[in-house]
Amino acid sequence: MAAGATYEPIATTTLVSNQASVTFSSISASYTDIILVANLGSTTTPSICLQFNSDTGNNYSMTNLYGNGSSAASSRQSNISQMNFNFLDPGTTIVSTMLFNIMNYSNATTYKSVLGRFSNAGTGAQATIGLWRSTAAINTIKVMLDSTGPLLLSGSTFTLYGISAA
Amino acid sequence: MASKYTLIASSTVGSGGSATISFTSIPATYTDLKVVANARTDRASNNDWVKIGFNGSTSSFTYREIEGDGSTVGSYTGSGQLAFFATASSSTASTFGNAEVYIPNYTGANYKSYSVDTVTENNGTTAVASMNAGLWSNTAAITSIELTPNLGTNFVQYSTAYLYGISNS
Repeated sequence: MAAGATYEPIATTTLVSNQASVTFSSISASYTDIILVANLGSTTTPSICLQFNSDTGNNYSMTNLYGNGSSAASSRQSNISQMNFNFLDPGTTIVSTMLFNIMNYSNATTYKSVLGRFSNAGTGAQATIGLWRSTAAINTIKVMLDSTGPLLLSGSTFTLYGISAA
Repeated sequence: MASKYTLIASSTVGSGGSATISFTSIPATYTDLKVVANARTDRASNNDWVKIGFNGSTSSFTYREIEGDGSTVGSYTGSGQLAFFATASSSTASTFGNAEVYIPNYTGANYKSYSVDTVTENNGTTAVASMNAGLWSNTAAITSIELTPNLGTNFVQYSTAYLYGISNS
């Protein structure tokens, strides 16, 4: 069977005003993995978080490795209601790059893992592995902030790509 | 359906070595760029940094990175073009550093940020792994990318770099 297209854009959003969150819904199950690319800033200094399928339960965990230019650290959070992908300031201008690899997202058997990378030359670099303890196929991804009040900056971009196995 | 992950250009260093690897006349038709490099320089040491430049510019670059060498971890910041690691002359023969540089919104009006993952594994004690956050504080669309050794003179033969364009539509 011929391979399907890969790195296929599923959806993209450029914010035209400051917003609290971005949601990708009705995500097709026809890919193997999905990648979310964001180029963003925020009005103050929250963490950028992911939630799947509108699950607000304490079903998320992650382990982080990060450096701020002077020191390196690692941390872990368990049984929380979202995955936090940066302990470093995303900045109030759009100079942060975030890459999320969500592996085997549509299987209905295993928990879902995410490999995330945060980069901001003003605050640092971080890698995060996250886990969502659910066997449900991911069909909705919400990019949000870990506190109310701060907003994602107008002009921030978010694109979801589908990756197909050969 | 066509792939939206397209090879724009590639470069393989020949037998005489090369002081730079350049990608020029980059079309503005993509959303993001990714550079995938496999590099070694002639620096008389174990590793070398590779500098990245855009549009011929060598100014307004800053970075923060975290790195580990198998025994210690550190985080560093600076002004300059340091982007990723290459192996160098004292490193295990036939080993090359690997790097991916992701550049989102390279034609946008914002300053240009980039995210780098790099390693120089060599089955020895001088390997290093690094994550780097880079910024070029310039609003110009990126039309060319230049890679140069930081302390070495040349990339050695068989060093490679590939430039991919990624489209969101």
